[in-house]
Amino acid sequence: MARIAGVNIPTGKRVPIALTYIHGIGQHTAEEICKAVNIDLTRRVNELSDAEVLAIREHIDGNISVEGDLRREVATNIKRLMDLGCYRGLRHRRNLPVRGQRTHTNARTRKGPAKAIAGKKK
Amino acid sequence: MSRSVWKGPFVDAYVLKKAEKSRESGRSEVIKIWSRRSTILPQFVGLTFGVYNGHKHIPVNVSEDMIGQKFGEYAPTRTYYGHAADKKAKRK
Repeated sequence: MARIAGVNIPTGKRVPIALTYIHGIGQHTAEEICKAVNIDLTRRVNELSDAEVLAIREHIDGNISVEGDLRREVATNIKRLMDLGCYRGLRHRRNLPVRGQRTHTNARTRKGPAKAIAGKKK
Repeated sequence: MSRSVWKGPFVDAYVLKKAEKSRESGRSEVIKIWSRRSTILPQFVGLTFGVYNGHKHIPVNVSEDMIGQKFGEYAPTRTYYGHAADKKAKRK
């Protein structure tokens, strides 16, 4: 069992895949990490020595913001926009798309499941 | 695509002029501008601009965080009071 960056315990998978279980690390970053600490991409987590796990952990601590820190960073960025009173902030406040997408139809990711409108229908 | 750096930030000339004027005379009055497309520059911090939204001038107090954004972002052009159906649903 390897514990990296807090609560994450990925086990029998290949190292670059296992690392993506950490919030803030995708496949690309995971592969970059492997290259940085000289771990073959085909190795699996349970084959790693303690020293290698430690190296990964240190690399992540030093260079990448992950998990709670990352979440907090994103949240404060959004909060900043909302406090500023700028257009992007307003859109965040209303839970509507921020980057100019149409809202006549679609935009369901931001708006949530469709609500039926009473009396609409001819 | 973002604007080329070599061009520098875009600001309408009259905004610069007005800002400088109010800087020299003792501050505090609202500077009316129509140029929503102008970038907010560092030298505008602390001034209050009345940004036109097509209807009236919305007072915008420029703070440090606003630098690099456009004036238009701080004066919404649309008013939306919600749909009639939404209100009915809320009342119940």
